[in-house]
Amino acid sequence: MKVDLYERIWMWGVGVMLALFFGTLANASFRYGFHPPSHVETIDPKAVLKSPQFRRQGVYVDGGGAVHVSAVGLMFAWLPAALTLPAETPVTFHLTSVDVIHGFQIVRTNGQSMVVPGYVSQFTTSFKAGDYLIACNEYCGVGHHMMAAKLTVVPKAQWRTPADTVATPTGGAHAAHH
Amino acid sequence: MPRTTNRLILAHIWVSVLAFGVAAAMAVMQALSRANLEVPYRSARMYYMSVTAHGVLMALVFTTFFIMALGYAVAHRENGAIKWPRLAWAMFGLALLGTTMAAWAILTFRASVLYTFYPPLQAHPAFYIGLTLVVVASWGWCASMIASWRESRRRNSGRPVSLAMHGTTANAMLWLLATIGVASEMLFQLIPWSLGWVKTIDPLLARMLFWFFGHPLVYFWLLPAYVIWYALAPRLAGGKLFSEPLARVTFTLFLVLSTPVGFHHQYQDPGIPAGWKLFHTFNTMAISFPSLLTAFTVVASLEIAGRLRGGRGLFGWIGALPWRDPAVSSVLLAGLLFMVGGFGGSINAAYTLNSVVHNTAWIAAHFHLTVGSAAALTFMGACYYLVPRIAGRELELGLLARIQPFLWFLGMALFSFTGHIAGLVGLPRRVFETSYAGAAQASAWQTLTTVSALGGLVLFASAACFVAVILGTLLAGKRTAPQMIEWAEPLSPPTDGFRAGLWDRLGLWFVVAVVLVILAYAVPLWDVLHLTRYGSPGYKPF
Ligand code: HEM
Ligand SMILES: [Cu+2]
Ligand SMILES: [Cu+2]
Repeated sequence: MKVDLYERIWMWGVGVMLALFFGTLANASFRYGFHPPSHVETIDPKAVLKSPQFRRQGVYVDGGGAVHVSAVGLMFAWLPAALTLPAETPVTFHLTSVDVIHGFQIVRTNGQSMVVPGYVSQFTTSFKAGDYLIACNEYCGVGHHMMAAKLTVVPKAQWRTPADTVATPTGGAHAAHH
Repeated sequence: MPRTTNRLILAHIWVSVLAFGVAAAMAVMQALSRANLEVPYRSARMYYMSVTAHGVLMALVFTTFFIMALGYAVAHRENGAIKWPRLAWAMFGLALLGTTMAAWAILTFRASVLYTFYPPLQAHPAFYIGLTLVVVASWGWCASMIASWRESRRRNSGRPVSLAMHGTTANAMLWLLATIGVASEMLFQLIPWSLGWVKTIDPLLARMLFWFFGHPLVYFWLLPAYVIWYALAPRLAGGKLFSEPLARVTFTLFLVLSTPVGFHHQYQDPGIPAGWKLFHTFNTMAISFPSLLTAFTVVASLEIAGRLRGGRGLFGWIGALPWRDPAVSSVLLAGLLFMVGGFGGSINAAYTLNSVVHNTAWIAAHFHLTVGSAAALTFMGACYYLVPRIAGRELELGLLARIQPFLWFLGMALFSFTGHIAGLVGLPRRVFETSYAGAAQASAWQTLTTVSALGGLVLFASAACFVAVILGTLLAGKRTAPQMIEWAEPLSPPTDGFRAGLWDRLGLWFVVAVVLVILAYAVPLWDVLHLTRYGSPGYKPF
């Protein structure tokens, strides 16, 4: 097929551009382990509030000193409704829903995940000090726009380990791939 | 043109334009509501019903009916008649029945599940069955397109079919492959579950099947617009198509690449391992390639037109284009909006950046540039060309037609620019009101949604002009003889020995597409099916 010279240049140009786009993404994921939340674990939505992982919602510190949050979405609230976390510290969120799909979104950060009943979502991120709104970004019914929680991030030195630190949850019986 | 084909095409146009009009009226109320402005009957329940109706009517009804109309017009131009006209009429009836069922369920508040209908939100069975009927009807259309394509190949004995027929057929095949996803979701999951035959549903599996369909849906909207950009616009602008053979390759690439990419809508989902998401990211980058080729070819063809019309200098040809012809200006403005939308799209597709914009107002702003402008504005412009020719009537209210594309551009610029920014500063999409009980971060959104609402008003004015022009033409335009569509000529006309080549063998490429889909989906679907899964019962919180 005869392709005009200018068009040939354009084809190579955009080809290289797209390769660069993909290269940067692949680099971020292979070299720095940056992935969107992709945890694979299932849970019975009827049994969430009795499960070891979600019986108590809130902040806890595991045996290795890492900070975790376990939270549950339901129409139309996040449990717990308020969180306090240390700044500049990696925090791992564990999330699930007891009813429909919700979207856990910490406004103006990259901390977010879909929250699907029957599945456990997980992501890790860190924050600058400040007050954040946690919204629901997946339509979940007539109260969707009212589904929210508060996140307060305080300087690391001021942060107190929560008193009733819960035991390290296991990855769950069905964790796989990750 | 035989009258019955014309009537078939016009019947589709009627449904398309009426759906568009209703959806546009709902949209303006949504835009105002989201800015926390009081409008009559404003309530959360009304808002979510309205967004469902607007999404379904715009994205599924207006587009599909127009695309079917255009396909019949293309096939008719190709062979002098369409294949299987009786089947086509039956499918029109089926699609109309399906639309009516779904619309009834939505408008009576039985289906406020949005146009993505993610379970375990549960709509009335009429909603799912109605939409399934529309899909089944579209399969009949695909069969008619493929049969027309085969007939044209036979008649041309070895020479390629017209570019428009090639693109339309690639689209029909792409659609057959894509709709396997949504049809499976409907038949095996949603319909039995909404009828109470099964008690629970797996919402993640449903999302995987939905997005198997959901991304190629985007190309189903876009390829007819590309057909118009390549095969019609250069001629209307007074030029020639810059490189015909490459345009063929473009359509074939879309057929091959548009389905194995669905996980880019599920980056934030649990249950799908990261490696598979990255694989779909790779495919997503690959499918940007044919769109970027289109940008070059279409702009080059328009430049030829501008220069033939006496435009000089590096940019002088732009001003020389016939901006007063609404069929041309709509394509030009749709293309401009699409450039922004396309770049936004590669940001959405970025595996990493998606964590910032996913499910925010950014996304809604993005797809109003793509389907809502690149496709919709092109379709509107095409109507100004097609409807008078097919109906055998002169265009009525020409002044309104002339300003309409510019109003759309202005309205969309306001609506979409502010929407993108609002998304970046965290406004979730699909919200009835944005104050979040006075949360500090939410106060940043008010000005943006207000300007966006202003854009919504301008868009509505534009939509009203369009509906008035088309209905005016159909009902009261001065009668003339119906005319054929004229496709653009290629810059370098094919020589006598020009034969259909590898890229014209769509059947073969369909097989390649199926193989790619299997590579991209077989393992992750298998893995999900083999998890210990807990289903969900239905919820109707609306
Ligand atoms: C009259 C011009 C239009 C205006 C003022 C408008 C405005 C809006 C608004 C305010 C929303 C709700 C956004 C949200 O709550 O997140 C929306 C949603 C939507 N619009 Fe439009 N729109 C227009 C035209 C179109 C067109 C032409 C299309 C496609 C052909 C389209 C497709 C959609 C879809 C699919 C949704 C549903 C999104 C969802 O469920 O999240 N719109 N539109
Ligand atoms: Cu929600
Ligand atoms: Cu997509």
